Amino acid sequence: MELNAISIGFVVFTVFTLGGALGVVATRNLFQGTIWLMVSLFGVAGYFVLLSAPFLAAVQILVYIGAIAILITFAVMLTRSIALIKARYIRTLPNFIASLTLFLILLLGVTIPIFGPHSPESIPEYVASTRDLGAALVDENGYVLPFLLASVLLTAAMIGAIFIARDETT
Amino acid sequence: MNVLNEWAFVGLFAVMAPIFPALPIVIAWLFRPRKPNVLKSSTYECGVETIGDTWVQFRVQYYIYGLIFLVFDVEMVFLFPWAVAYNEMSLFGFVAGFLFIFLLTDALFYAWKKNALDWK
Amino acid sequence: MEELCTGLCSILVESGAEAGLALFLSLLVGVLLVSGVPLITVILLIWIERKVAARIQDRIGPNRVGPVGLLQTIADMIKLLSKEDITPTAADRILYNAAPLVSFASVVLLWAVIPFTPFHYGVDLEIGALYFVAIASFGTLAIMAAGWASNNKYALLGAFRVVALLVSYEVPLVFALLVPVLLAGSMSLVDIVNAQNGMWFVVLSPLAFVIFYISSQAETGRAPFDLIEAESELVAGFNIEYSGMKFGMFFAAEFLHVFTNGIIMAILFFGGWMGPLYYESPLIAFVWLGAKGGLIYLTTLWLRNTVPRLRIDQIMAFNWKFLVPLSIANLIVVSFVLKALQELELAPRDLLNAGFGELLPTTAILLLFNGAMIFYLLGILRKRGREARRESQAARAEFAQTAHVGGH
Repeated sequence: MELNAISIGFVVFTVFTLGGALGVVATRNLFQGTIWLMVSLFGVAGYFVLLSAPFLAAVQILVYIGAIAILITFAVMLTRSIALIKARYIRTLPNFIASLTLFLILLLGVTIPIFGPHSPESIPEYVASTRDLGAALVDENGYVLPFLLASVLLTAAMIGAIFIARDETT
Repeated sequence: MNVLNEWAFVGLFAVMAPIFPALPIVIAWLFRPRKPNVLKSSTYECGVETIGDTWVQFRVQYYIYGLIFLVFDVEMVFLFPWAVAYNEMSLFGFVAGFLFIFLLTDALFYAWKKNALDWK
Repeated sequence: MEELCTGLCSILVESGAEAGLALFLSLLVGVLLVSGVPLITVILLIWIERKVAARIQDRIGPNRVGPVGLLQTIADMIKLLSKEDITPTAADRILYNAAPLVSFASVVLLWAVIPFTPFHYGVDLEIGALYFVAIASFGTLAIMAAGWASNNKYALLGAFRVVALLVSYEVPLVFALLVPVLLAGSMSLVDIVNAQNGMWFVVLSPLAFVIFYISSQAETGRAPFDLIEAESELVAGFNIEYSGMKFGMFFAAEFLHVFTNGIIMAILFFGGWMGPLYYESPLIAFVWLGAKGGLIYLTTLWLRNTVPRLRIDQIMAFNWKFLVPLSIANLIVVSFVLKALQELELAPRDLLNAGFGELLPTTAILLLFNGAMIFYLLGILRKRGREARRESQAARAEFAQTAHVGGH
């Protein structure tokens, strides 16, 4: 039964992820593309739940659907009417070759480890909780440096963005 | 309850939740009158016919707010595990979290001083 | 297989049903029971909202359909069913139809984690508090999609303003939410309620509650932050092109969201189901939660019907230059003071098992610091208010003078 529920969930979320990704590529409308991207990222959040990492799932939804989607839409609306882009340059063959190469690299990168020395691990008895994550983040032997570097990075990102986006007239 | 069962419940809830509002809409669809005409289903703005594209250029301020929000959103994501582990945390861990908040407050004050927070 | 099941599920298994099916059925019954609470209350809420608004405005309100107008909402629903549903030709049909569904669903989904009594709740997620914030972001996306899909300038402008407002006020909301999470040491809403056994969190950090209250008023789009219903400047806002039942769904979602936030505040700050005799019966616990949530809900209605709407620049300035710094300062002060007390062994490290007496010194000191912050803030606000008043008086005097000169 348990295996069954997981596999149903896996199929459903894969449909979301791949279907959403297909939608992003297929639509020419930027806003609809954003919505499709969110469908795809929602599917990824589902994977996190299946992997017993609900915190990451909530983060995925909070950051991507809550913030990135809004940011992309605001950015899209900054531009002037490009809702329906007609293809300006059509170079089918180079595009096709480039995307095919990229796809093959990704495919190999994902499938090769399956045949490697690693065997799939079953879920351990004890799954780390959010409390363990929090403790590890600020532990002097843990991840305190990356934690603080993340803060510096976020600060730098914000300062840089404000510097670039700032209205020069004021 | 098993952890996965909990999420099966949430998943089922997520499937059912849009059905509740869909039900009255579908019932209304069965009963409602249908008399569309060109004027009725044209865009309703202010009595005058709408001019130009809806896709007007928006001001950059929306984007700046969105960006500052994104930075704070990611910060909050880090602070949740910190808050959960707070009670068992050593003084060192607490100070690390403190520094984290402090650094981002800096960014907020930068934005403030550069007038990025003003609605222009 | 059997250890997966609880209650109803094991009864079904014993009566010969297949385990998977039994689990599914018991989950389905659970979902219907939990979601039944918001769906039934929303009918009542619309009546309460109208009645309270009417009383505040010195009117009578709905009083014809049924006893004291209780069936008014049912009548309205029947009316809405017979209304023509106009979809503008310019609209993006799929998104236009999906938006009201997502908007309503995002509010109903919040009820999955709400603990009604110590034993009755949908699920007790480890990340309950974060779930609350994450699900709310679907509502924001729905408003954005509605505004865009309507293909109407006013709708798009209204949606953008509302979305900018919603994301802005989410920052102080979450910083205030971090305070109960930090005090309880858990994101699970059941744990947060249990941790308030000794002392309600509103006493430990009143400022966090005030910040949460103000920003949740903004999150639900209520006055003084009701850009969502900007009739005077944008005709209506993001829902201008919606009619019939679809409009009704946005409407119902808003009403339900206000009440849900009242319940959430009762859980986070007012001890949820805690109250005299709550352990006697789940019904008493449920009544306590409902009473606390209902009371908070009534104050939000009171506020809504009392204050005028702010301009968008004022709303944004109030958030980013006042509420956000304040919420960060509050988090820093509370966490700093509590840590200091814990290091001095004056405060317990585990609130879950701490009694009332054990918490008294902690409460007193935290209250003292909160009081000092509130006092300081009121000082700042008074100073700013006086300055603003002086400026406007000076401007008026100047205007009067020039008008006088011009008259000659």
